[in-house]
Amino acid sequence: MTAVFQYTKGMLPEETTYCPGCTHGIAHRLIMEVLDEKGLLGQTIGVAPIGCSILAHHYMNVDMCESAHGRAPAIATGIRRVQKDKIIFTYQGDGDLASIGTGEIVQAAHRGEKFTTFFINNAIYGMTGGQMAPTSLIGQRTTTSAEGRDKDSAGMPIRMAELIATLDGAVFVERVSVDSPANIRKAKKAVQNAIEVQEKRLGFGFVEILSTCPTNWGLNPVKSLEWLRENMIPYYPLGTLKHPGEVK
Amino acid sequence: MNEKVLMKGNEAFAEAAIRSGCRYYFGYPITPQNEITEYMSRELPKHGGSFVQAESEIAAINMAYGGAAAGGKVLISSSSPGIALMQEGFSFLCSTEIPLVILSVSRGGPGVGTIQPGQADYYQSTRGGGNGDYHLFVFAPSSIQEAVDMMARAFEIAEEYRNPVMIYVDGVLGQMMEPVILPKPIPAISGDEISKLRPWAMTGTGGKREHNVIKSLYLKPEELEARILDMDQKYQKAKNELVLCKTEGLKEAEIVFVAYGSTARITEEAIELLAEEGIKAGLIRPVSLWPFPYDVFDQIPDTVNAVISVELSMGQMIDDVKIGCRGRFPVSLSGRVGGILITPPEIAADARKALGVRA
Repeated sequence: MTAVFQYTKGMLPEETTYCPGCTHGIAHRLIMEVLDEKGLLGQTIGVAPIGCSILAHHYMNVDMCESAHGRAPAIATGIRRVQKDKIIFTYQGDGDLASIGTGEIVQAAHRGEKFTTFFINNAIYGMTGGQMAPTSLIGQRTTTSAEGRDKDSAGMPIRMAELIATLDGAVFVERVSVDSPANIRKAKKAVQNAIEVQEKRLGFGFVEILSTCPTNWGLNPVKSLEWLRENMIPYYPLGTLKHPGEVK
Repeated sequence: MNEKVLMKGNEAFAEAAIRSGCRYYFGYPITPQNEITEYMSRELPKHGGSFVQAESEIAAINMAYGGAAAGGKVLISSSSPGIALMQEGFSFLCSTEIPLVILSVSRGGPGVGTIQPGQADYYQSTRGGGNGDYHLFVFAPSSIQEAVDMMARAFEIAEEYRNPVMIYVDGVLGQMMEPVILPKPIPAISGDEISKLRPWAMTGTGGKREHNVIKSLYLKPEELEARILDMDQKYQKAKNELVLCKTEGLKEAEIVFVAYGSTARITEEAIELLAEEGIKAGLIRPVSLWPFPYDVFDQIPDTVNAVISVELSMGQMIDDVKIGCRGRFPVSLSGRVGGILITPPEIAADARKALGVRA
């Protein structure tokens, strides 16, 4: 029999700690699958964030370190200076990247650091129990915005991909979603492009991946995907914001 | 070969680091240690190394963490408020057992304070503000030469113990010029050598080994406790092996000063002033501040009347001095703050007061 789908070598045979319906697993697999297909697993170094995916190194079969809240881009900057010939990525959530670590991500992109950041945006703090994120939508109920996010006190949700795309050092910026098979295929293509940009050392690469958090959203996995489609995608439009040689 | 040159402290420290094989520096400008950052930006690229001007001290220490975790030999430097920001990283580097050398050139605080020298970062250096059970190994040289000689040793200790080592000087030593003999350069490590010498580092598996993970998260309490007990063995070993202290004239002393860094040199002049009046004063100069040389205090004879901690602070090392004295002697403070250096006559006056002697 021919296997049409199998475990990718980049993923370790561990049971993940993610909640049922959480899309971290899909994002993990896409990144590891691309690195495996390119034969880059042995040359890759990853940086895990604070948040649910702090344990990414339990699942991803590449050299990795943990980081303090939001500091992954600074850590990756240091790794790049010593390991010049490696593929380096950070994997960060919205609390980590868009709140406490805004300084580090903006400055790393600004310097044009030659690594790739995978930004998992599920519009809420997952690990700490469902507090408001900078990316939470207006009206979205969280444990720290019980009546729904209010723009007068909390501001509008931050669009990180658009912000990063304004910086000259960022050469590849795309927002994708993992809510449907078609979108997952597009997400994989974005990961491939981002890694290729890094292989050519063209500059900083940023892939924002819209994701779900069924537990903290209080929705079942299927309803979560619907909520993502109906609420997140209209505010966080999918597509390539920046590609070397062309700006869309 | 080992030529004697006249150098500013900060530049001599930076050159000594490069000669010790350091090839990576991540920094953020803060006075009075900017010459280190500037020197590294000029010199490291010439040696095949890298310099990054970080956007903050928080980013700088995390770049250093990344560089060192990837196997590089890394120096980081800052001054008081900057070191305060780096303390998050110190906790992470200790818990993940990453070797690093930290150069702290302290000024007067609290807050922004002053750019003039101070020693009020003793607690910051030896107790730390990062979270958890960790220690930095802290050394306080009192001359540029001693700091330069200590640099290579600091990298060795960091490597051997897999723990950050701090060289803690004040702005006097950073800004003054002194003749100094620079150490002979040792070769830097790179490429495959890193994987061989630092098998724990993130160098890429190359498909030849299990993946390396550098972590500080232990969700199971028993695992974390075991981890902290492991780290403690290292710290207990350091207490036996890394204590450094210089003493002068303890046997004949009727009063003993305790002072570190540049303050110890000022205290030596005070001792000469007192000698002219027939007062015999001894000196204990802790060189390692953590581990602190508590046992040296047992050498103080019972006939001593008073012990004075001389510091450019409101009294921080004095706590360790009291622990060392174990209640055998009255302990008092002689110090100035606000960026003002204490003078030998001021120290001598405090000694007379402690002894109940009129000038």
